[in-house]
Amino acid sequence: MIKKVRSHISQNEPLLFERSSPGKRAYQLPELDVPAVDPAVELGAGNVRAEIDGFPEISEVEAIRHFTRLSTWNYAIDYGMYPLGSCTMKYNPRVNELVAKIEGMAWAHPYQPESLSQGSMEVMARLESALAEITGLHAVSLQPAAGAHGEMAGILLIRALLEKRGNPRKKVLIPDSAHGTNPASAAIAGYAVENIPSNEAGLLDLAALERIVDGDVAALMVTNPNTLGVFEQNIVEAARILHSKGAMLYMDGANMNALVGIARPGDFGVDVLHLNLHKTFSTPHGGGGPGAGPVAVTKELEPFLPIPRLKRSGKKWAWDYNRKQSIGRVRAFYGNFGVLVRALAYILAHGGPGLRNATVDAVLNANYIRKSLEPYYDLPYASPNMHEVVFSDARQEKSGVRTGDIAKRLIDYGFHPYTVSFPLIVHGALMIEPTETEGKMELDSFIDAMTSIAKEVEDDPQLVKNAPYSVRTSRVDEVAAARKPVLRWKPGN
Amino acid sequence: MYPDNFRYTKEHEWVLVEGDAGTIGITDHAQEELGDIVYVDLPKVGAPIEAGKVFGSVESVKAVSDIYSPVSGEVTEINQSLADAPETLNTDPHGAGWLVKVRLAEAGQAQPLMSAADYQDYVGAEK
Repeated sequence: MIKKVRSHISQNEPLLFERSSPGKRAYQLPELDVPAVDPAVELGAGNVRAEIDGFPEISEVEAIRHFTRLSTWNYAIDYGMYPLGSCTMKYNPRVNELVAKIEGMAWAHPYQPESLSQGSMEVMARLESALAEITGLHAVSLQPAAGAHGEMAGILLIRALLEKRGNPRKKVLIPDSAHGTNPASAAIAGYAVENIPSNEAGLLDLAALERIVDGDVAALMVTNPNTLGVFEQNIVEAARILHSKGAMLYMDGANMNALVGIARPGDFGVDVLHLNLHKTFSTPHGGGGPGAGPVAVTKELEPFLPIPRLKRSGKKWAWDYNRKQSIGRVRAFYGNFGVLVRALAYILAHGGPGLRNATVDAVLNANYIRKSLEPYYDLPYASPNMHEVVFSDARQEKSGVRTGDIAKRLIDYGFHPYTVSFPLIVHGALMIEPTETEGKMELDSFIDAMTSIAKEVEDDPQLVKNAPYSVRTSRVDEVAAARKPVLRWKPGN
Repeated sequence: MYPDNFRYTKEHEWVLVEGDAGTIGITDHAQEELGDIVYVDLPKVGAPIEAGKVFGSVESVKAVSDIYSPVSGEVTEINQSLADAPETLNTDPHGAGWLVKVRLAEAGQAQPLMSAADYQDYVGAEK
């Protein structure tokens, strides 16, 4: 039975272009208090036009209604659980927003002189040192603007160090359970990518690693816990194997929400790690940005970090550009400052014990879901999981229902779908990550929904295959959209 | 289901050898797993390809997957029709959905690959 939601009236809304009619205005300018000039004279007649062709003209109330109506079609973490595995869709505490809106932060400009930027620089310095402490690494750069950007910066750092040692090497090893960005980052940094298969437990295969690592291998990129939510318990040994052959260990910090306050990657031999502030440190996931993917490194790699670096000069903060071994800039200014402020607010609001509690709760929640759903869904890897759990659709597939169908039916129950068909090593994966955000009531409501869908699959698979029913648009034609995309709205289509 | 005159790889490609010419494609199992294919990226005619190495990729609504070559040689022809009709890979993977034709670097290369019966067992076990 669907308990969490019921249908209610939802307003239709055309595009602004379709609402437009000539002469409507949503603004009124005050009377001119300077002498009028003729722009055609000042700028040249060729640079002046009376109208913008096709530009929509609407009133203020129409603009407000347009965007308010669209906002009601959305699903957000502020409505309920957002179980997308590997994404760590945790609640973004309001205190983060409050702090980011403090005038001195919100209006800071990167071209302000250092003397007027001391507060902002202090925020960044504190965040760097907090992230270094959390990861157990020596130094942090906040410049990269997203996780994959952090990966690329990290691999460039490894390349720079290996070049200094005399040979940048040729290959980066990546487990078959990795995020797709890992091979992309390695390739962009000029490395060939070699996949290494996981063992039956879904973990790094040490014997295979020992065999594969040679003088051509620059690094292993590993996510820990991996994308099955399983802790790579042999990580220390993997680091030893790599280091003994002059290679480096890169850790993708996508799943740091399972480790913060409990285990430090620096302690298990990681040389470089990136963090996703929008995952672990509660900054907004946004519509693709702005983001932040700080990169943390050992002492040996510190000289290569992007410029500029923050440096203490007497009682003041200063920017240090004079670093000869640096890989150079990876981003304008010093990254997305507004995001950095929010992450520091999250860290300070929690404090050490609070961050540790968040980790413990995230792991507890995922295991509660695992235990509750195990009777209904196939669990392909029995290894203990941490902050997320990966089921497969093996049982439902017998009735012709696949993971994507179950996910779509979940929408009818009032939840955002979990992650579908990832990681690729699981056939028909259902990847669920509740985060520490959810209390028992919301978790139980999710478990009830998943249990109910499992029963529907047995009784009436067609019901699940045609879902969702309660949304504005049911199944869209993904194939036609990919094969024959229509990328631009035109009048009349 | 799987033609007896093809040889098969663990990565789910097939090769049909006729003299010193080979035709390469992906198996029915592969297209089933990938789902609706929307784009195919193939090498240029004249490009060398190497057994066990990636020579192209297929993109479905689910994922992008590398295609590994079953044999070594030089590309003599690519299936141009896939650019406009990638769905052929779903409807006829062992026939009209072939990917490339190659001139084999040496004869007998495909022999160590799986037979149709072995491949059938292999994909049965994988499920």
